[in-house]
Amino acid sequence: MGIAETVSDGRRLAIERPDAGAVAAVLLYLVADLTTKLLGTTVYALGFRVMGGSLTVGSLASMAVDGLLVGLAVGLAGIGLSMTYSILDFANFAHGDTVTVGAFLGWVAAYVTANLAVSAPLTDLFLFNGGAQLSASASWALVLFGLVVAALGTVAVVLVVDRLVYRPMRDSGSISLLIASIGVALALRYLIAFVFSTQTSGVATSGARLQLFAGVAITDNEIALLVVSVVLMLGVHLLLQRTKLGKAMRAMADNEDLARVTGIPTERVVRLTWVLGGALAGTSGYLLVLESGTISFNFGWILLLLIFAAVIVGGIGSIYGAMAGGVLIGLVDSLALIWLPSGLTRAAAFAVLIVVLLLRPSGIFGGVSTA
Amino acid sequence: MTGFEDVRDRLEELPDAALVVSFLVGIWLLLTALAFSVGGAQSANLAAGFVGSVTVLVGAYAILTLALNLQWGYTGLFNIGIAGFMAVGAYTTAILTAPVDPGAGGVPGFGLPLWVGLLGGMVMAAIVGAIAALPALRLRADYLAIVTVALSEIIRLFVNWGGVAEVQVFGKRFGTGGATGISFESPDEIVATLVNGPGQPLVTAAESVGISGPNVVNMAYGLSLLGIAAGSYWVLSRLVNSPFGRVLKAIREDETVTQSLGKDTRLFKIKAFMIGCALMGLAGALFRGSAGYISPAQFRPVITFYVFAALIIGGSGSNTGSILGAATFSALLFYLPARLGEYVPTFGQSAPGNVFEAVAALGSLDPTPLVAYTVSNVSTLRFVLIGVVLVYIIQNQPAGLLGHRNEPATSVDLTRPHAADGGEADE
Repeated sequence: MGIAETVSDGRRLAIERPDAGAVAAVLLYLVADLTTKLLGTTVYALGFRVMGGSLTVGSLASMAVDGLLVGLAVGLAGIGLSMTYSILDFANFAHGDTVTVGAFLGWVAAYVTANLAVSAPLTDLFLFNGGAQLSASASWALVLFGLVVAALGTVAVVLVVDRLVYRPMRDSGSISLLIASIGVALALRYLIAFVFSTQTSGVATSGARLQLFAGVAITDNEIALLVVSVVLMLGVHLLLQRTKLGKAMRAMADNEDLARVTGIPTERVVRLTWVLGGALAGTSGYLLVLESGTISFNFGWILLLLIFAAVIVGGIGSIYGAMAGGVLIGLVDSLALIWLPSGLTRAAAFAVLIVVLLLRPSGIFGGVSTA
Repeated sequence: MTGFEDVRDRLEELPDAALVVSFLVGIWLLLTALAFSVGGAQSANLAAGFVGSVTVLVGAYAILTLALNLQWGYTGLFNIGIAGFMAVGAYTTAILTAPVDPGAGGVPGFGLPLWVGLLGGMVMAAIVGAIAALPALRLRADYLAIVTVALSEIIRLFVNWGGVAEVQVFGKRFGTGGATGISFESPDEIVATLVNGPGQPLVTAAESVGISGPNVVNMAYGLSLLGIAAGSYWVLSRLVNSPFGRVLKAIREDETVTQSLGKDTRLFKIKAFMIGCALMGLAGALFRGSAGYISPAQFRPVITFYVFAALIIGGSGSNTGSILGAATFSALLFYLPARLGEYVPTFGQSAPGNVFEAVAALGSLDPTPLVAYTVSNVSTLRFVLIGVVLVYIIQNQPAGLLGHRNEPATSVDLTRPHAADGGEADE
C-alpha cells in the first residue's frame, strides 16, 4: 500500500469515525514521542516541551520483557474467561478467584513436598512458614509437580462450583449468572482467607539470572513462565483447531440451540469448557506467583479487571484475541511508565479497556470468533 | 421454600412504613438481647454501641441501595462502579470543607461549611455519572458493568496518586492527600455538637443508665442517616410514580418500544443515572467520611458488591424492598456475625493459630479447636455466607424479599384475563 493511499485512508477514517481518529492521533503521538525519547532528543514548540526526553533502549527492553511476562500469564487466564463468556454467555466475576485457588493449591503442594525434610511443623508449612522458597532451576521437578496440582485441583473446584451454582441456572439470563458469579467470587476468596489467613507469603525466589542484551536480565522463574505459557497456548490452539471438541465449542459459541439440534452434547461441551478454562486459570495463577514470588488471598481478584481488559481488547470469545489482548494489556501496564507516574499505569490499562469497549466492543481484532 | 413464602406473605400484609419500622425494631431488639447476654455490668452501654453502629450501617446502605435501585431496579442500568461514585462525592466534600490552613501534615482545602461540601459532592458525583453515562449507556448491560467497575478503579487509583496529593491552582492549595487520605469537617462532629448542646438532657438521661456520651452521638448519627434514607425514599417514590418514572420502567422492560413511542430514552437514562450517582456521592461522604477522614482504601470495588448483595436480597425494583435488603444485609449478614465472633465464648480455650492445627486436633477426636477457630474467624466467614446467600437467592428467589412487587411500566393492568368461556382458546 502506497503512502498516498495510507494517508487518504487515514483521512477518511478521521472524518467518518472522529473518535477512532482521535485514538489513532494519540497513538501516533506516543510512537513519535517514544522515538524521540530513544534518540535522546527533545522537541520544543513555542517554548513548551512537545515530546522527547531520554530513555535508554535497555530500560525500554526490560519494561517490555516485564510487560510481556505478566501479559502472557494474564492472557492464559483470559482464555478461560473468554471461553465461558462466549459459550455460557456471562461475565464470570469469579474467574480471578479461580486463579487464586489454583495458585494456592499448586503452591501448597509444591512447598510442603519440598520442605518435608525440614523440621518445621507440618501445620506451619501449609501456611508457607518455616520452609525454603522454591525456584524453577533448583527444584524444577517440584515446581512442575505443583503446576500439575494447580491445574487438576482448579479443574476439580471449578467443576464442583459449576455443578452447585451454574448448572441449575443454565437457562437464566446473563445478568443473573453474573450476579451468581459475584457470590461465588466472595465465597471462594474468603474461604481461602479462612484457611490461609490474609497474610502475604513468600514462596518462590529466583534461582538463576540470565543476562540478555543491553543490561536486560531474565530469571529462571520468568523463563519457566514464558515456556509454559507459550506451550499451553500452542496446545489450546491445536486442541481447538484439530479436534472435534474444538469444533463443537466454536459451534456452541455461535449458536447453542443450533448446536444442540445438530447433535452436539452441549452439556458435555460446557463441562469440558470449564475443565479447560479452569486448568488454564489455575496454571496462570501458579505461574504468576512463581514470577512474583509472593502469594496472598486476593491477588487474583485484583488481577480480574486486567484479565477482563485482555479478553475485551482481544474480542470476547476469541481465544487468540485473549492471548494477544493479554500481551497487549501487559505491555500497556508496564510501558505506560514511560509517560505516566508509577501510581497510574494500572489506570492506563483500564482506560484502554474502556476505550476499546466504547469504540470497538467486538475487540481490536474485529470480533472474529475463532473458538 | 414454604418458609420463605410464609415470611413474604406476612411481610405483604403490613403497610410499608410499619414493615420497615418493625424490621428495624426487630434488629435493635436482637442486638440488645445479644448485648445483655454477654455484656455483664456494661450491658446497657454495649447495647447502645451495637444499636448505634448497626443504625449507621443500615442508614448508609439504605441510601446506597435506593440509589442503585433507581439505576438498576427501575431503569435497568447495571452500574457496578458504586465505589467510584462514592469516592467522587466523598473526595469533593472533603476538598471543599477541609480547613484552608490544616497545620503540619494536613492537606489544605477550601474551608467551606459542610452542607456546601455535601451539595458539591452530590453535584460532582452526578457530573461524573453523566460523563460516564453519555458514551456508555448504549452498551450492553454486561459491558456497562465492566466499564463502570473499571472507571471506579481509575478514580480510586487517581485519588491515590501522589501527584494530586496537594496541588496549587491559581494560588489556591488543595488536594486529595494521596494514599494517606484527607481530613475534613466531620459530619459526626456536627451531630455531636447538636447532641451535646440542645440534646444535653438526653445525654444526662442516657448516662444515668450507663450509656456513654459517644454512644448517644453514634445513635444520633445513625438516626440522621436513617432520616436521609427516609427522605431519599420519599423523593424516589414520588419520582418513580411520576410520568418520568413510568418511562424509566418502560426502558427497563423494552427500550426499543419506548423509543418508538417518541421518548428520548438516552436522556431519561442519563438523568436516572445522575440522580443515582448523586445519592451515592452523598452516602460516600456521610458513610465513609463520617469521622471526618477518608482514604482511597475505603473505596475498593468490594463495597459495590455489598450494595448489590443488599439490593438482590431486598428485591430489585422495589424501594421498600431496597431498605429491607439494606437492613438484612448490613445488620444480619455483615454486622451481627462479626459481633458473634467477638463475644461468643470458645469453650474457655483460645483458638488455634491456623486451620491446620484445628483440623489436626480432629485426629484425636477433639472438635473444639476447629469450632473455636471457626468462631474466632467468623468475620472472615461472613463473606462466604454473603456469597452463598447471593447464589441461593439468585437461584431460588430471584425476586428477593419484595422484588415481586416490581411495578409494571403502565398505570393500568395490561395482563390478559384468562378466557373463561367463549373466545378463542389460542391465537
